[in-house]
Amino acid sequence: MTLWWIGDLVLLLVVAPVVVILLHGVLKEARGIVPSIEQIRGAARAGSKDLDAVPLLLTTQDQVTQTVAGVADYGKSLDVILDDA
Amino acid sequence: MPAAGIVLIATVVLIVLVLVFYLVSTILALRKIATGLNDTIAAVGEIIEKTEPVGGVVTAINEQLDAAVDALEGLLVKKAGLVDAVGLVDGLYPGAAAHGLRNFEQSGDITPPRIGEVYTKGTLTLARLGREAPIAALSPNGPALRNTTYGSGAARELYPEIRQTRPERMPRSPVIGTDAPVQYEPTDEPGVRRRMPANGQPTTERTPSADAGTV
Repeated sequence: MTLWWIGDLVLLLVVAPVVVILLHGVLKEARGIVPSIEQIRGAARAGSKDLDAVPLLLTTQDQVTQTVAGVADYGKSLDVILDDA
Repeated sequence: MPAAGIVLIATVVLIVLVLVFYLVSTILALRKIATGLNDTIAAVGEIIEKTEPVGGVVTAINEQLDAAVDALEGLLVKKAGLVDAVGLVDGLYPGAAAHGLRNFEQSGDITPPRIGEVYTKGTLTLARLGREAPIAALSPNGPALRNTTYGSGAARELYPEIRQTRPERMPRSPVIGTDAPVQYEPTDEPGVRRRMPANGQPTTERTPSADAGTV
């Protein structure tokens, strides 16, 4: 009978607190991750939204092509009308 | 059942309840994490998809800009000479001469000449192309490109036709003041005269605008 009581005391005073402490730690860490995940999700969504303007790069490329072509034409004209050094 | 057995059962039940509470809470937290990660993965996938063509487009733009810079740099050196080109660049962007021109490695060793806001050589060259610049007649490299005798005709063509034909008499500007040939009295209200001018009708030399209102 004494062993039964010793077992009860061990369960109550050692096992149960250890279980509670360990599970509490796991739950605390899991809950601590949630805000970080929310922030990462918000940042990813915002980043994706910011990149909606990326297709405009194709327009920029066309504009650069036209501008460079215009500059080249000006350069050719200047090459003709200005004397070399 | 002995009391020790009851206490044992109660303790085990208590531990199980604690396990259930904490494990369920942990499961809920992990579900939130999984949902958040799924959304994040979807957004990151969109980012990857959207940024896929960026590299090629930016590379193409940089190649075109590089070609333009090379061409302009070459043109500058060809027309102004390497030393003057470095001086011109340094005049516009102080300190840039230390880096030199991109396609002329030796340009970094050149001490840039001090070229002010007016580049004499360029001014003379451009003046040859100008229409009204008097300096055009003194261009050092060949005759002036403009007509130095009748050069003003081009500028005169910018004015209305009546001035280009050089008429013998142009409409005069209105004469105003106390000794003006036509005197008007101040009106009580805009556009209505008290009476006609006292000393006669306006002459033909006067412009219609002079007779249109009070003076």
